[in-house]
Amino acid sequence: MSSVSKTMNVESTGPVLSLSGVSKMFPGVRALHEARLTLHKGQTTALIGENGAGKSTLVKILTGIYTPDAGTIEVNGKAATFRSPRDAWAAGIVAIHQETVMFDELSIAENIFMGHAPTAGLGRLDWRLMRDRTRVLLDALESNLDPETPVKRLGVAQKHMVEIARALSHDARVVIMDEPTAALSAHEIEELYAIVERLKKDGRSILFISHKFDEIFRVADRWTCLRDGEHVGEGFIRDTNERQLVSLMVGRSIDQVFPKTDNAPGEVVLEVNDLSHPTEFDGISFSLRKGEILGLYGLVGAGRSEAMQCLFGLTKASRGEVLIDGKAVELTSPAVAVAAGISYVPEDRQVQGAVLPLGVRENMTLASLARYASSGILSTARELNETRRLGERLAVKAANWDQPLNELSGGNQQKVVIGKWLATHPRILILDEPTKGIDIGSKAAVHEFMSELAREGLAIILISSELPEVMGMSDFIMVMREGRILARWDRAKATPEAIVRAASGLAEVAAA
Amino acid sequence: MTYRREILLAVIILAIVVGVGLRAPAFVTPSSLIGVVTDTSLLFMLTLAQMAVLLTRGIDLSVAANLALTGMVVALASRAAPGIPIAAIIVLAVGFGAALGLINAVLIAGLGIPPIVVTLGTLAVYRGMIFVIAHGAWLTSKDMSPAFLAVPKAEFLGLSSLIWIAALVSVAAWVFLNHTSAGRALYAVGGNPVAARYCGIDLARQQLRVYTISGAVAGLCGYLWVSRYGIAYSDIAIGYELTVIAACVIGGVSIAGGVGSVPGALLGALFLGVIVNALPVINVSPFWQMAISGAVILAAVIVNSRSERQTGKLILPEARRKAANAAGGA
Repeated sequence: MSSVSKTMNVESTGPVLSLSGVSKMFPGVRALHEARLTLHKGQTTALIGENGAGKSTLVKILTGIYTPDAGTIEVNGKAATFRSPRDAWAAGIVAIHQETVMFDELSIAENIFMGHAPTAGLGRLDWRLMRDRTRVLLDALESNLDPETPVKRLGVAQKHMVEIARALSHDARVVIMDEPTAALSAHEIEELYAIVERLKKDGRSILFISHKFDEIFRVADRWTCLRDGEHVGEGFIRDTNERQLVSLMVGRSIDQVFPKTDNAPGEVVLEVNDLSHPTEFDGISFSLRKGEILGLYGLVGAGRSEAMQCLFGLTKASRGEVLIDGKAVELTSPAVAVAAGISYVPEDRQVQGAVLPLGVRENMTLASLARYASSGILSTARELNETRRLGERLAVKAANWDQPLNELSGGNQQKVVIGKWLATHPRILILDEPTKGIDIGSKAAVHEFMSELAREGLAIILISSELPEVMGMSDFIMVMREGRILARWDRAKATPEAIVRAASGLAEVAAA
Repeated sequence: MTYRREILLAVIILAIVVGVGLRAPAFVTPSSLIGVVTDTSLLFMLTLAQMAVLLTRGIDLSVAANLALTGMVVALASRAAPGIPIAAIIVLAVGFGAALGLINAVLIAGLGIPPIVVTLGTLAVYRGMIFVIAHGAWLTSKDMSPAFLAVPKAEFLGLSSLIWIAALVSVAAWVFLNHTSAGRALYAVGGNPVAARYCGIDLARQQLRVYTISGAVAGLCGYLWVSRYGIAYSDIAIGYELTVIAACVIGGVSIAGGVGSVPGALLGALFLGVIVNALPVINVSPFWQMAISGAVILAAVIVNSRSERQTGKLILPEARRKAANAAGGA
């Protein structure tokens, strides 16, 4: 990192905001370790790092949602503590969120002044003052939106504009933008860049979080990089290049040990040719053999889950074909997919997986009920046998197999949901972010289990946003970006740099 | 599965019966108690059907109107063709009721209109149709054939045929809900619609099935109601859908879907049956009866919500052990 620190200049003015030595632990996970960050008046700082590097945690500390375990925050050189989002507002720090949170039925003016509306005595709202001040704020952003327009009629970019106006209504000196362009069209992105320029000219500081290198180089003056919760470098954008930033983001040996064993893959079970959807993904082609694990990497919103949900029959493809054992299948519904041997363990297992009022047995057998019925009548004994087999294999901790799921801990609920899909005796298992939000110990158990299933001949598709996991567990890796497969490698040929470059849209050639 | 709530409800019902019996010993004679159950037979069946609907996060407000319209249709059929065999009457009642239920089902499952709106609309339509098809006439026992009227009066082993029919429906409901894939699917779509969809369980198909069943049961009860009381007109069983829903709620069926048991629903219905029959015996006015059943519904809802709040997740090892011991080990 010495080459990086050499490029640092001495600041002419003191920082507007500086964090140092900030650490935050969650049970079993170290989210931030002695991280630091400085923001300067009238400048944009890009915060970069892989998924899970600690960027979101840092933002939540800055906005008073999390309290750090250690470290100091200084605003204009004075120490500050943020106990609540209100404290952060009072200090002039406002975040524009990834998905804008708004009251759709209310007007722009009401949204901007929600929670701090001007009053005209006796608690009455001063509607005229609210409108006038909204007009002034929108004028400052060179927007001609009408303050009385309901927010539901606005486009995504216009909602961003309202969010920014709301930030300015708090007299924000620091504006945090978390992937602000994720949902914007090219034209809208240009408008956002113009707003950033105006905010800078106004003397405000901007923290810009993005995975897209082209926009980092377009809007940022400085950069700060996090990796595994630690600060790994900072400097001026004009002194760096993409290659240097990418290697800083991923620059590590994969020190975690993954239990992946190299087993000789069998014959091809799944072949997907040119699977496409009108708006979500296009030209998805790959083939998967028995005992093989395919790692599907990409940024959040790259279309990985959508493509796999289509393969599972949840959405309809506009063209393309799916072959299982060389025979074309029409996957028109999840029931058909399950019958064809495909199972999909969704990402949000709480919402998409568990039926909380039902018992462990009833959840475990829900996707495979036909297996326990003879002439339409379910056999509780057969259901219990399968539940016991899977429950013991997955080490589900429950008082008894008929205990309602809402009495189980989150980790055990997840195990039951995974068990439910194994009970269908799938030949192709799609796991969507199987280790997201679980501690290191449980992660290792999931990885061990995946390897075991692969050894038994299951073909597995692993959707993951964690680079070490994808690299450690997969036989081959595909990277998706904006709904298309950009690159694919065998396990041996993939490098972290190449994967991140592809996912960020920097790879020119897709390796075969 | 533990039946704590059901046992509590059974104890309360028993306490009411004993309490009333102390004041009016005539109430606790076997024939009087059997009379209470006979009186409640239709409510048992309607409550079970409504429970199946509530499980899917739906509601069927049109059951009483369906019952009255189907009752009028079979009464008219009996008047027009007195010789028609009773089996044909029953098939007609079940089929006609199922057809009315299917109208709800198609509007709900096919067009995606909220169940409360659809069944509120069909409630009014079905009620109105009674007046239209009978030209405002009342049909009395004089218009019905003796065979038509004989069914509810028939007895077997000292119990009314109504009890036997309700028992058959209860057993069928028990098997359907606990031991078939289709029954399990109702709990799944109500407990977590998204998870159910991922399992290949189609909400629309469950709705189609469950509203048709609800209609069929209402139709059967329509014939039994009209033949038992020997009268059919546009206002029979008016507002009875609320009694049915109340019985479900008292029996522990969740309005939010996914929770409910056959014994619970039966006990909920029995509770209301006992209240309605017992209070006049001890000279409580009908208006008090309404207030009392209302208070009981509120009490049942409060008890349910409190018991849900108190049972937390079992994360502590000692709590898991305790629960395992309490359940007798699985």
